[in-house]
Amino acid sequence: MAQHSNKMAQVQAVTANRLIDGVVVYLTAKGAWSEKLADAAIAEGKEAAEALLAKANPALEQQEIVEPYLFEIAEEDGTLVPASVRERIRMAGPTVRLDLGKQAEGKTA
Amino acid sequence: MPLIKDGAFVEDKWTYADEEGPLPEGPVIVSLTRWHNEKEALAARTAPLGIKLLSGEEPKEIAGDLDKFAVIALDFPMFKNGRAYSYARLLRERYGYKGELRATGDVLRDQLFFMHRCGFDAYEVSQRITIDGWKEAMDEISVVYQPASDGRKTIFQARHGG
Amino acid sequence: MYRYDEFDHALVQDRVKQFSGQVQRRLAGEITEDEFKPLRLMNGVYLQLHAYMLRVAVPYGTLSSRQMRMLAHIARKYDKGYGHFTTRQNIQYNWPALKDIPAILEDLASVEMHALQTSGNCIRNVTSDQYAGVAANEVEDPRIWSEIIRQWSTLHPEFSFLPRKFKFAVTGAPEDRAAIRVHDIGIELVKGKDGRTAFDIYVGGGQGRTPMIGKLIGKAISQENLLTYLEAIMRVYNMHGRRDHLFKSRIKILVHTIGEEEMRRQVEEEFAAMQKDGPVELPKAEIERIQAYFAPPAYETLENDPAELNEAFEKTPAFARWVKQNVAAHKVPGYAIANISLKPVGGVAGDASSEQMEKVAELADAYSFSEIRVTHEQNLVLADVPQKDLFALWQELDANGLGTPNLGLITDQIVCPGLDYCNLANARSIPIGQAIAKKFEDLDRQNDIGELKIKISGCINACGHHHVGHIGILGVDKKGTEFYQVSLGGSADEKTSLGDITGPAFTEDKIVGAVENIVETYLSERQDGERFLDTYRRIGMKPFKEKLYAAH
Ligand code: SF4
Repeated sequence: MAQHSNKMAQVQAVTANRLIDGVVVYLTAKGAWSEKLADAAIAEGKEAAEALLAKANPALEQQEIVEPYLFEIAEEDGTLVPASVRERIRMAGPTVRLDLGKQAEGKTA
Repeated sequence: MPLIKDGAFVEDKWTYADEEGPLPEGPVIVSLTRWHNEKEALAARTAPLGIKLLSGEEPKEIAGDLDKFAVIALDFPMFKNGRAYSYARLLRERYGYKGELRATGDVLRDQLFFMHRCGFDAYEVSQRITIDGWKEAMDEISVVYQPASDGRKTIFQARHGG
Repeated sequence: MYRYDEFDHALVQDRVKQFSGQVQRRLAGEITEDEFKPLRLMNGVYLQLHAYMLRVAVPYGTLSSRQMRMLAHIARKYDKGYGHFTTRQNIQYNWPALKDIPAILEDLASVEMHALQTSGNCIRNVTSDQYAGVAANEVEDPRIWSEIIRQWSTLHPEFSFLPRKFKFAVTGAPEDRAAIRVHDIGIELVKGKDGRTAFDIYVGGGQGRTPMIGKLIGKAISQENLLTYLEAIMRVYNMHGRRDHLFKSRIKILVHTIGEEEMRRQVEEEFAAMQKDGPVELPKAEIERIQAYFAPPAYETLENDPAELNEAFEKTPAFARWVKQNVAAHKVPGYAIANISLKPVGGVAGDASSEQMEKVAELADAYSFSEIRVTHEQNLVLADVPQKDLFALWQELDANGLGTPNLGLITDQIVCPGLDYCNLANARSIPIGQAIAKKFEDLDRQNDIGELKIKISGCINACGHHHVGHIGILGVDKKGTEFYQVSLGGSADEKTSLGDITGPAFTEDKIVGAVENIVETYLSERQDGERFLDTYRRIGMKPFKEKLYAAH
């Protein structure tokens, strides 16, 4: 699978797609799911990351979300952003249609 | 494993034999290897005999021995592995096998229809399949385009009074 | 075109009901994602980067205006107002919610459409020549046979769990516009000894990780034997194709491993045995029934080159340019084939808005017997336009962003969705295509360069057909950064060839410059009348390579 797995990643968050409509969501510190990356819980280090991923299980079992996984976060000009192009596109929407996706719905902050 | 045959859950009288060692009493299903190694001894038993073909073990290997088997079990190692559909049709349509043809392994509700069409008449299914589910799976597609082992009238035939 | 009878309707309706039940069970939590995934895939539902994606089959690329209107309606009601036409002549919706998909399938069924077998390891939607029925030298309309194959392959009990997906393409003309030699099975209609249509059957072509050109396995197979022969090929593949390795499971690998001779021997042996088992009968009456649906429409008696047309050429050079580039000869005097480019500079290749789809439907009603074709090069075609109406047609197209006169030129690219949408992508495709198009926007420059087919894929799956692009571009991922590998000399026509890789991949910043270097090399080397492909075939890779990597 392309792009999103990096075994060396230090800072990570958990993302998935919502079952009912497929929308990209992020796991928050409270174990809820938000459409905005800004709400995501950030895990530093391998153990914290695995613990965070485990928190996705209840939602998986309750058929709320599908295919949760960890992805790497990087810091850019003082804000946290996904490290890979792929995750940036998932966070914002297609780079060729700025009128579509989260970028158009004010959900990228 | 629960066994569906002729549209109902039935008691499975058959045991799968190990690769070697003494055979259990009563009807047994042996592997192709064991059949090859112990043909005569197996044929001499009085209890009914069955054989299980794994994916990659083609029906032509037993084409001459079909009268020895009351059951042929075809394995689906994963539901995605569809070789046994071809094996089933070959057994029924080419080699004329009339005994029980059972699907074993990864047998899911949504494949039962295709299996039935290819000539299976017995299914080792997981606990989660109900008999209503089985009936639904048989009935939900009411018309078919292709001739297969179930002898159903095809759309081509229906259109042209065949 | 083909119309469903009660049986075709029944099957699609049954299937919609079945899938609705499956979606309900999934949303109620009765089945897990692992169990649901194969079911949704059998109905064309993928999970992509931003949302689900629904792929709707457009059998052999033919649509009625009524169907096109429904596609527009679905895009507006359930999606974000547009759809994407693909290299499989299908349409994809990028944003449908899972809960809405049963309703979408209902709507599709009401116009004789479905999403059956647009994914999964089964026989996929059959593709064909977009000029079917109107090309001058075709043996017969290939859609007749595509439709027969569509029906035979629909919910085939034996071949729904093949080692891998399986693609058919059918052409009726010696000029191959359907890329039949890079399909799992490619079929060319030929005249048999008795003068009737027969079939040359190519097996084991394909793109993806290991591109291969199909081998001619069956020669002049008769109509009576066609379906049995196809079943024989499918059975050999189903039993002997590899299932242990994703990259080695296509039929091309089987053919390559055992060799053309052995493949032919196995197929012939199976075919002979099947004839004894009971062949797949295709009643003559059924062939005739389907042929009747593809009988030529009621053409008027018209003259070629009507006066109105020549007048319009003189008055409106932009129209003349469009006709020269986008309009092809029709077999009936006074008619023309009009290609509608979905590749405006700055647009997304293959995308059309609901309004554009409706406009095309309206124009099809007005000028082309209410029928539309989708091409594997991601354009649309109105196949039966009276020449005298071309000017009126063009004016409407032009006013709606559908009049780009670039068919076959450097800005008419095949571009897959890539990393902007696709879950499997390594790199973006669309912005690369857009940047190249921008660079070559000037129409005079494009015309000077002449026929040049750029094809771009965002990963090795090659949905963007990069192996058979005159210039092929493949997105690769190097540690989270996008790179682009370039190949030259591919072609998907009757002289199919696979492109040769130029060398190290280029970054996003360098790829447009690389394409310019390639084009400049061609322009400085070409001899009179040579297309890019001709020059490349004559002079080979070396001069291109030297120019491309000169700075290294
Ligand atoms: S080629 Fe790759 S990136 Fe492009 S659409 Fe196909 S799978 Fe996606």
